[in-house]
Amino acid sequence: MKPCLEIDHMWKRMGKFKLIDISMRIMVGEYFVVLGPSGAGKTLLLQVIAGILQPDRGRIIIDGVDVTKAPPEKRNVGYVPQNYALFPHLTVFDNIAFGLKLKRLSREEIQEKVREVAEKLSIEDLLYRKPGTLSGGEAQRVALARALAIKPKLLLLDEPLSAVDPVLRWEVRDYLRRVHREFGTTVIHVTHDFTEALALADRIAVLNGGKVEQIGPPYEVFYKPRSEFVAWFTRTGNIYKGRARPIGNGLSIVEVGPLSFTVCGEYEGKVAISFRPEYVTISKSKIKSSARNEIEGEIEDYIDEGALILLKIRSMGLEVKAYITKSSFSDLGLKQGERVYLYIKASQIHVIK
Amino acid sequence: MSRELVFFSTFSSILVLFLVIPLVICLVVGGPHIVEIASDLEALDAMRLSFYAGVTSSLLITSFGTPLAYLLSRKKGMLANIVESFLEIPLALPHSVAGIMVLLAYNSRAPLGLLLSNLGIIIEDSYWGIVFAMAFVSSPIFITAMRAGFDSVDIELENVARSLGASEIETFFKISLPLAFRHLVAGFILSLARAISEVGAVMIVAYYPKVVATLIIERFLGYGLRAVLALSTVLALVSLTVFAILRFLLKGGE
Repeated sequence: MKPCLEIDHMWKRMGKFKLIDISMRIMVGEYFVVLGPSGAGKTLLLQVIAGILQPDRGRIIIDGVDVTKAPPEKRNVGYVPQNYALFPHLTVFDNIAFGLKLKRLSREEIQEKVREVAEKLSIEDLLYRKPGTLSGGEAQRVALARALAIKPKLLLLDEPLSAVDPVLRWEVRDYLRRVHREFGTTVIHVTHDFTEALALADRIAVLNGGKVEQIGPPYEVFYKPRSEFVAWFTRTGNIYKGRARPIGNGLSIVEVGPLSFTVCGEYEGKVAISFRPEYVTISKSKIKSSARNEIEGEIEDYIDEGALILLKIRSMGLEVKAYITKSSFSDLGLKQGERVYLYIKASQIHVIK
Repeated sequence: MSRELVFFSTFSSILVLFLVIPLVICLVVGGPHIVEIASDLEALDAMRLSFYAGVTSSLLITSFGTPLAYLLSRKKGMLANIVESFLEIPLALPHSVAGIMVLLAYNSRAPLGLLLSNLGIIIEDSYWGIVFAMAFVSSPIFITAMRAGFDSVDIELENVARSLGASEIETFFKISLPLAFRHLVAGFILSLARAISEVGAVMIVAYYPKVVATLIIERFLGYGLRAVLALSTVLALVSLTVFAILRFLLKGGE
């Protein structure tokens, strides 16, 4: 597979904020999510890719062509900003036709292409309305249609779900997946919501303070975070600093305060460990388990999150979070103040050096 | 009624009455004399001249001021701030001083005036002198209105237009200008109203041919209040109509 976009050691200063030495390769047809908190530099990165801003250093290569100095109109990159930015003085049809008219296509060709993209996105009935009369969801579809009509090499989506009603978010997420499949366009989607990234991405780049913390497939980013920030931001839940020492057989012990965790791999010195709450098994009494880590603690609090319940367990001053299904919670008859045993497999504890 | 409301209403109504009473009295007293203007050829000529010169001045300001207002709205930085400060100078000057500045810079013996006179533009006591004086004092009004118009256009609209293949110029003409068009019209009308009402700068640069504002001063000084009643009332009516149109245009977009 060949790269659609290559960012090569790119720096960009904007006031006091800067993007620092960003490098990434996005493959043709990939759905790539840039994940990060507000102020991480996600929108700035998109604007540099779109050519709205020029980088201070480094190169931007689209489809093998160095476009670092090229203006946005020479890049063939579709851009859908957070507020969709539909042209309010034009009808939906003219919004979609905007880029096609600039390509000096004939009237018939424009009609045909607008209808084609409108049909694929199910917005044929909106074509003669003005943007001001559209709902948020409709406006989003029109903005997508407008960007896709020019058959861009790359589609940039800035927080596409942030303005969508939370009830409709799943629906829109599925819609984006369908659009990506149907058009086959390479997508860069920027978001601060890790569930969105998990659901949509082929690969994720985690951005923080203008720096890329980690790039990889969702599984890797969520289960093998490369930094404490990534672990925290992807709601790993359990992150602790400790001191490691190898104990042979490819295992190490990490001492976190009074607790010791056995982990896979040989580590020495200061490390951080993380494990997701869904990897913790809970029992009211001691059980025989293959898990090497057993912790005894007391349920301090629990939060009903719908399908699952998040337990907060205190063990020798350390808070450990664990997920349990609602039915297990009631079957075990768990309550606040109850003493429980937690089991975590060594292989499911991730070590961050 | 609360005490706060009484306090605010009292002060507000005093100022409103202070502004409205002269206008109402002018219309009531001068209204019956309006017909006199129909046979006053000098006044009709002066009004026509004021209108033509005002429109020429506003068209020139619109042509040169629109790109300038766009630049001021989009390009931030020291240079933009300096340019903006200079543009506001005519607002702070006594208008007679503005007239003297225009005369000094563009009279036919000054280097720039020589260049202009080669193009057939001589400003001393001429139509072009009136236009120059009007343009000098009314430019800031147009630029302020137009800049506010461009400021109100979401920059993301321009970014999207560029990403769809539009150059900066195409984006300006297809997106920014149409969206700020109401402000362009408003700026045009405001600068036209300002130009027509200008007297100080115009009298210094071009006393002749006489514009209506000069004529009113001349008649008032020569013959007193009664002599300018009809003309003043007509001008007041014209100004009111202009502002009614302006408000309608601005409301229309809300």
